[in-house]
Amino acid sequence: MNPTINMAAAPVATPVFFYGLAAAAIISGLLVITRRNAVHSALALIVTLLSVAGLYLMLYAPFVAGVQIIVYAGGIMVLFLFVIMLVNIERASKERQFNRMWPVGLAASCALLALFLGAFAKGKALLPDRMIPIAEGSNTQEIATQLYGEVLGNGQYRLGQYTFAFEIASLLLLVAILGAVIMTKKKI
Amino acid sequence: MLNTMMSYLGSTVTPGEAGNQFWALIYVLIIFAGVSVAVMAMNWLERKALAHFQIRLGPMRVGPHGLLQPFADALKLMLKEDIIPSEADKMVFWVAPLIGLLAAFTVYTVIPFGPSQAVSDMNIGILFMLGVSSLGVLGIVTAGWASNSHYPLIGALRSSAQMVSYEVAMGLAVVSAIMMTSMNSTGTGTLSMIQIVQAQQHQGIWFLFKFFPLGFIAFVIFAIAMVAETNRAPFDMAEAESELTAGFHTEYSGLRWSLFMLAEYAAMIAVSSIAVTLWLGGWMRPFPNFLNAPAWGFFFSLFPGLTFAGLAAIAFIGTARMPSDSFFKIQRAGLAIFALLLAFLALVLFVVAIVGRNPDHRLLASFREGIDYVFWFVLKVAVFMYMFIWYRATWPRYRFDQLMRVGWKVLLPISLGVLILTAIVGVLVP
Repeated sequence: MNPTINMAAAPVATPVFFYGLAAAAIISGLLVITRRNAVHSALALIVTLLSVAGLYLMLYAPFVAGVQIIVYAGGIMVLFLFVIMLVNIERASKERQFNRMWPVGLAASCALLALFLGAFAKGKALLPDRMIPIAEGSNTQEIATQLYGEVLGNGQYRLGQYTFAFEIASLLLLVAILGAVIMTKKKI
Repeated sequence: MLNTMMSYLGSTVTPGEAGNQFWALIYVLIIFAGVSVAVMAMNWLERKALAHFQIRLGPMRVGPHGLLQPFADALKLMLKEDIIPSEADKMVFWVAPLIGLLAAFTVYTVIPFGPSQAVSDMNIGILFMLGVSSLGVLGIVTAGWASNSHYPLIGALRSSAQMVSYEVAMGLAVVSAIMMTSMNSTGTGTLSMIQIVQAQQHQGIWFLFKFFPLGFIAFVIFAIAMVAETNRAPFDMAEAESELTAGFHTEYSGLRWSLFMLAEYAAMIAVSSIAVTLWLGGWMRPFPNFLNAPAWGFFFSLFPGLTFAGLAAIAFIGTARMPSDSFFKIQRAGLAIFALLLAFLALVLFVVAIVGRNPDHRLLASFREGIDYVFWFVLKVAVFMYMFIWYRATWPRYRFDQLMRVGWKVLLPISLGVLILTAIVGVLVP
């Protein structure tokens, strides 16, 4: 019962697959925002999500890929379609495609692009090129402690390597939860 | 080229793990052909069995006992006019059946027909299967919407609501089975389909009987949810022919319609395989640890041959019982040839089982093992397929509110309870 990871065998992560998946992700991503028909956009978004899942698979992160397929492509997108199908397509296609928030979106995506380009150009210098050594057979609790730090009690805590990123992600989730509550509840 | 082809023979891992693309392709083709033949056989069996349940004869005209009916149906569907409604969304209408078919067939890459008889052994196998099979609902939803018609849209809405609700109970039942795989010295479970079966072998018990009745309850929940997931009676709300004419595929005809049927049956086989892998010991023959003497191994390896011999005997009896009128001459000859073919297959299987006992014949010995594994797996899946027909013949269709009540208020709490109890028992017992 010793699961062995056989990475040495012929790699599947060939450039052909990467370019194919990346092209599929980008093209369908463009289709998501350019189609007037909401159902077409949703279907294109599913293709994007599946291609990204394929990219995760190429990074030897099968669990993330599986969760991506189950949660996003299988669960959330079905609910999306479920709602969109009830929308009157005739009327929806006559409405304006972009609202007044588009400059903000453009700025945000430009910033993200600049970040990506920076990481691509100077990634070696900016990002640490080392992995945390994790002892064989250590459980999730220990790994989480190493990565994200832990609370020791008495108001003391120890930082892990990814504590900051972890907290940022938590903050983002909190904002999203608050947003959901505010949007669904008329009177708070 | 020849080297890579031959180097895999005698290997004990799946072609995916060995990185052998040639044999992976061969396995994919074999599985595709096998599933297509199984779907055709299932189509015939369903019509025959349903007819016999209702004291009818079923198809009798095309070939002896209607054996050629699936071929005739396939031919008819291919020749039929392919109608796309003028108000339909052409692109989505065209793509919808393909989505369903793709989702149904992709699942087969991780189904373990044996310890090395699978295309690939992902370490997230079961998660991958659940994820991809949940994409099947997209095909139904898009088909219903693209038809731009009332009945299909209602069918699609029902279907998506139903599949999303039953997926929850299904997932929780699967988790409780996966938890049982961690009952070993390291305390680490697995999601790999092959290792799930191996865990059952190491623990010496099918998860169906593990922590009785907890494993059994989880299995029953999965067995109910999988019928709902595949939109089969008594949960066939999506196509309820008495209310919605044909539900989501009302506007489909010809080849496209047959793709939906193919996807439905392929998905049925796929979910049955999940149930067999998780709870019924996958490819293992009965009592692999208890009756482990070589004599028992030989006894059980005779079963594939015996099955085909039995089928051949039935076909021979059918030939003998045909009316002697000259009108039935061709049918009679056809059935006799079919019986001879089955008898020949039985003979081959017997020879492999007997000669393959000698480990000096390496190729035959590995064939014998492989046949053994695949036979027991397919036999267990076949039981489920028969049950699908049985359900359809026995139970009336649920009303939609009843369906939702069963899903959310009965199956979900029970599966949560089973999950928690399994965790508690798993900590306390060993």
